[in-house]
Amino acid sequence: MFIKKDEISVPKFQIMDEKGTILEKERFALIEEKVLIEGLKRILFARTVDLQIVSYQRQGRMYTYPPNIGQEAIAVAAGMVLEKEDWLVPAYREMAAWLAKGVTLFELFQYWGGHDQGMALKQAHNMLPVSIPIASQLLHATGIGYAIKLKKQKNVVIAFCGDGGTSEGDFHEALNFASVWKVPVIFIVQNNGYAISCPFTRQTGAQNVALKSVAYGITGLQVDGNDFSAMYTSLKEVVGRARKGEGPFLLEAVTYRLGAHTTSDDPSKYRSIEEEKQWQEKDPLKRLSMYLTKKKKWSAQQEEKLVQQYKKKIEKDFKEFESSKSYDVHDCFNHLYSEIPEDLKAQQTHYEQFLQAKGVQK
Amino acid sequence: MSVMNMVESINDALDIKLKEDSSIVLYGEDAGVEGGVFRITSNLQKKYGEERVFDSPLAESGIVGTAVGMAVAGLRPIVEIQFSGFVYPAFNQIVTHVARMRNRTRGKYSVPMVIRMPFGGGIKALEHHSESPEALFAHIPGLKVVIPSTPYDAKGLLISAIESNDPILFLEPKRLYRAIKQEVPEDKYTLSLGKANVLATGEDITVVTYGAVVRDVQKALAFANKSGISVELIDLRTIYPIDRKTIADSVNKTGRFLGVTEAAATGSIISELITIVNEEAFLRLEAPPRRLTGFDTVMPLPQGEHHYMPNPERIFYEIQQLIKF
Ligand SMILES: Cc1ncc(C[n+]2csc(CCOP(=O)(O)OP(=O)(O)O)c2C)c(N)n1
Ligand SMILES: [Mg+2]
Repeated sequence: MFIKKDEISVPKFQIMDEKGTILEKERFALIEEKVLIEGLKRILFARTVDLQIVSYQRQGRMYTYPPNIGQEAIAVAAGMVLEKEDWLVPAYREMAAWLAKGVTLFELFQYWGGHDQGMALKQAHNMLPVSIPIASQLLHATGIGYAIKLKKQKNVVIAFCGDGGTSEGDFHEALNFASVWKVPVIFIVQNNGYAISCPFTRQTGAQNVALKSVAYGITGLQVDGNDFSAMYTSLKEVVGRARKGEGPFLLEAVTYRLGAHTTSDDPSKYRSIEEEKQWQEKDPLKRLSMYLTKKKKWSAQQEEKLVQQYKKKIEKDFKEFESSKSYDVHDCFNHLYSEIPEDLKAQQTHYEQFLQAKGVQK
Repeated sequence: MSVMNMVESINDALDIKLKEDSSIVLYGEDAGVEGGVFRITSNLQKKYGEERVFDSPLAESGIVGTAVGMAVAGLRPIVEIQFSGFVYPAFNQIVTHVARMRNRTRGKYSVPMVIRMPFGGGIKALEHHSESPEALFAHIPGLKVVIPSTPYDAKGLLISAIESNDPILFLEPKRLYRAIKQEVPEDKYTLSLGKANVLATGEDITVVTYGAVVRDVQKALAFANKSGISVELIDLRTIYPIDRKTIADSVNKTGRFLGVTEAAATGSIISELITIVNEEAFLRLEAPPRRLTGFDTVMPLPQGEHHYMPNPERIFYEIQQLIKF
């Protein structure tokens, strides 16, 4: 009489295990070595940016920031499979994918540094800004997918949310609409085990996220999100299939955030050091560099040199951000409407009169 | 008496009521183990157990909708929305059920519940973490909306809210959470909902506000006093229902009115206050009633916050304009 829910099998797709051992030799052989090296470089770059921002934040030079550390392989792989006309619909913890789309470090610093101009994303083509209201962006992805389909384009959408995001009604609605409309959207859920302090077991009674795809009538898969080769291979495949009209897909990327939820969070309140240590062993950066080092395609010295080179660039852009123009009164008003309503203009004028009366530069 | 900040006094109010009334349950995102992102519910899970104080899944409609069910079934839920900027998935439940259950069932069912949420700017937070949407709730018939401005008020008002048989939105000005410490009675006490608090008596002008802006106005009063302007300052404490009489009496005495809020201007609580002033004190007015509010714009990210938020200098400037009129 009943569905055997515990018997539905959800394999976790993995190509390279934590020790750098290759489990799926045939699939691994299909990834060119230069892709692995590029992947590692991008993970390293994202990691370096992340750590720098956290340190700027500690120095009081940056506002609240959600670190990516430990999850970078997912966004790096997504960034590498997206083509120029493909869309990226972010949450807030997939920085490497934004960079791949053309977001500049300057804009990153502006946004997390508290300036709205950081959302202009001037050079990033077909990409929405960060979405902090959890899961709300997933519906936009479905809508973009519909537009792509209607225009008979061959592009896809990659949309992100976290494990916590799967509890919101918007997650359900986005997947359901996507399923009914058969749109070329790949929903990536970065399951890092926590929504701030709330563990996955208190988020859902389901065993995992991937399983939910079954009920929506869409194809799902669970991937080791800390295994760059598995993320790259699986995304290549689902993106290719989505281009052919076989979408949507739900991809659960199993990972762990090695840092705090944001710079205002203290993980020691809700998780153990032992657990963190276990996951440090599964660090995607370590894993890939270990493998490539063994193959003599990478070395600690080379890594250190790259980090120094990256840091220089980051420092330079950060200084540029810090010396950039402060927030103008116009920045509050100019972008809200295509044309500013009279009454709103009057509010601006009234405020400027106050500034003038006080002799303050606006 | 013991010295508390607002985080502690709210925690104390919750603690007192959880101990006293076993029908109370408390939940929200991160509200259990962690005690909430602002630590308002710290230690309550330890004290009262996981069945009464717990983390909910990440879903605001779920949080409020389940609380409606609990309330009609005899519990008294207190739920936390992590930031007012994330209440919107729950808006449907608040408008269509929380506010209407008693009326729809002609009094058979009611939903005695408290929806707590931090709101307002001034802490240099991320996008969606600094807005002031209180007027949206005040506009909905069937809700009461309470906003404390001190640790003492927060405790007394929250206990009243929890004991109320009607649903209460309890908006906490997060800028004040740790900004002020004050002597607060350790025992239980209540403050009546719908009653404003006259914080300073004066003769020349009435300034009405609520929440975190009360502090800004108090700072502006120092400037005014130096200039010989005598200001009457009223803290609304409850933005629905509004204490009409206290405002009317004051403006009938002073003849001038300024309302201040950090919410956007159009359709704000101050618009409502000006209506009351016109209805109750029109013939006594010596200057057109005035408001100082946030702009009708999106709340800027931290670097632009100082433009948007009323500050003591701007408040004093508006007071001067009214006196000069
Ligand atoms: C609608 C909404 N509710 C609450 C929040 C506050 N909040 C920010 S992040 C977060 C947890 C998100 O967890 P998850 O989806 O697992 O993503 P992660 O942060 O782990 O990447 C919460 C509750 C929010 N931003 N939006
Ligand atoms: Mg998570």
